[in-house]
Amino acid sequence: MYEFVTGPLAWLAFGLFAVGIIVRVVRYVRGLDWQADRVTYTVNVKFGVKGALRSIFYWLLPYGTRSWRKNPGFTFLVFLLHIGLLFTPIFLQAHNVLLKERWGISLWTIPESAADLLTIAVIFAAVFLALRRIALTEVRIITNAYDYLMLLIAVAPFITGIIARYQVANYQFWLILHILCGEILLVAIPFTKLSHFILFFASRAQLGMDYGIKRGGMKGKGLAW
Amino acid sequence: MPEGKLCNKQTVDTKEQLEALLADKGGKQYYEEMNHLDVNKSALTATLKKVVKSRFKTWLEICSHCGLCAESCFYYLANDRDPTQVPSYKIQSTLGKMLKRKGDVDNAFMQMCMDTAFAKCTCCTRCGVYCPFGIDTGVMFAYLRGILFSQGFSPWEMKIGTGMHRIYRAQMDVTVEDWVETCEWMAEEYEADWPGLTIPVDKENADIMYTVNAREPKHYPEDIAEAAILFHVAGENWTVPGEGWEETSLAMFAGDVAACKMQVESVYTAMDRLKPKRMVVTECGHAYRATVIEGPYWAGLKNGKTPVESIHYIEWVAEALRTGKLKIDPSKKIKEPVTYQDSCNYIRNGGLADVAREIMSYIAEDFREMNPCREHNFCCGGGGGLNGIGRYRQQRNIGLKIKRDQIQETGAKLVVAPCHNCWDAIRDMEEIYKIGIRWTFLKPLLIKMLEVPEHLKPKDE
Repeated sequence: MYEFVTGPLAWLAFGLFAVGIIVRVVRYVRGLDWQADRVTYTVNVKFGVKGALRSIFYWLLPYGTRSWRKNPGFTFLVFLLHIGLLFTPIFLQAHNVLLKERWGISLWTIPESAADLLTIAVIFAAVFLALRRIALTEVRIITNAYDYLMLLIAVAPFITGIIARYQVANYQFWLILHILCGEILLVAIPFTKLSHFILFFASRAQLGMDYGIKRGGMKGKGLAW
Repeated sequence: MPEGKLCNKQTVDTKEQLEALLADKGGKQYYEEMNHLDVNKSALTATLKKVVKSRFKTWLEICSHCGLCAESCFYYLANDRDPTQVPSYKIQSTLGKMLKRKGDVDNAFMQMCMDTAFAKCTCCTRCGVYCPFGIDTGVMFAYLRGILFSQGFSPWEMKIGTGMHRIYRAQMDVTVEDWVETCEWMAEEYEADWPGLTIPVDKENADIMYTVNAREPKHYPEDIAEAAILFHVAGENWTVPGEGWEETSLAMFAGDVAACKMQVESVYTAMDRLKPKRMVVTECGHAYRATVIEGPYWAGLKNGKTPVESIHYIEWVAEALRTGKLKIDPSKKIKEPVTYQDSCNYIRNGGLADVAREIMSYIAEDFREMNPCREHNFCCGGGGGLNGIGRYRQQRNIGLKIKRDQIQETGAKLVVAPCHNCWDAIRDMEEIYKIGIRWTFLKPLLIKMLEVPEHLKPKDE
């Protein structure tokens, strides 16, 4: 079973993930229309690129925008969640050991204690983001089951991972469940709302170009995000 | 009744149609007919396919329902944080649902969409600035209005407005003759006080082609005279086009893209005909947005720019004050606290925040910023055509509370509002809430403060 989930199934998951996100980006870009969207994507390129980069940069920066600063608690949770989600799996020692075994390569790794901390941070952030959905009326009204499912899919590999690592119960079971959850997450990225993994950049770039080219970017200093 | 006599899917292209609509006071019959208007589902599906492409699809799909847009929306705040006013909710429950149902919707749904798109969103686009994914709900609502228009679900005044543009190339029934006569009349009226004052019509190769809002010739002709005085004192070589003088676009508010195109092309044709160096647009927000920012796209101009460089009136004023073409008498600067209403259409969506501040630095001694201000400023409450729609008067008046509070917090009793919609909204706000403020365009303010060169002053008899 272990060989299967870390072998063919992993290949399938990574394959779907990679092809999926490429398809999403290609479809996004192909669906843009300068006249319908009213943005000259291929003219005034310098302003467009500048606008796109500013739009992405400020929003990737914790507390970099007015919106982030106005919602300090939420911003903290969102960055905690995303930093944990991205860094932990890539730089985890155990993942890199596996990588070394299979492909003979390995990345720089973070200490196990740091990985534990990040994992707990991810779970902590997810729990509080879920509670926020229930507590705030303006969030509750737009929340549906799909939103909770997304949160669950994102955080499941972390919950199962830390259980497996501490071998609190049947190690083999939790390890395989952890791998399966990770694979579900990978496949879910291109096929669900989690596609914001890549479409965040596409959408931010698009609005950045809109502001950079048409909505003032060629007149002023550019929008103060 | 599939199609009403007044409320239907047809565009208004003849004077007879327009007169019939105008005769229906308050749109009573029009809205009654709307209750029976059929939805052409196959046409709606086709329109959705054409309008909702990857940008909108992605916005609607990836929205993580975080609710950060809630507090960015002045309607949400003005309505005591009513969750149904959260931008994400508003767009998901209208355009989102329409898309999910693939256009299979009924009359009641379409009317709900119309009420939401006009009375719960002024397309100020502030929410887009607060969304981590850059989801611009205001933009989506502007396009939703277009989808609704194609099915005949548009407020009565908007239907009339589009007809005006289609017939008169102006938002009101001002003909070319009316316009030219108004210019002549104003020049004569003010000539005694300003010797040599003219309003040159259709002069070729001028440095400036000046264009206006139809309300000016129709209701405030002195605004044209004031513009003429300031150009005259500044020594500008300027003109107004006989045809193609109107900048505004109720068609943009209504989402009638074909009429938008007709309107801006009338101005662009005037540019081609008169070959001015630049065009200056009057103190109007949506007029500038329509003709300078969005217009080139409707007209299919691939560089996204107007045929000649076009600037907003505040850009011209800042330039004239900076270069000394207009000089302010320091003793006449505004002494009392004064604030500035940032118009969404040329500040947030036009990048002119610094230009506005530059002007205030020349003319005011105690300039007070609203909070928030610049690109982050709240809509006046009357944007997106809302000032002119009777059906939504009550919702508009509630929305005005946010601007009222913002103004009051500055402590200023004078508001500079170089935008017709903002100006109207603030006027109505004072009428309703009586907070004891005054509001003004820049032109009358500047004229009072000018240092007029001796040779331009009237000679004493």
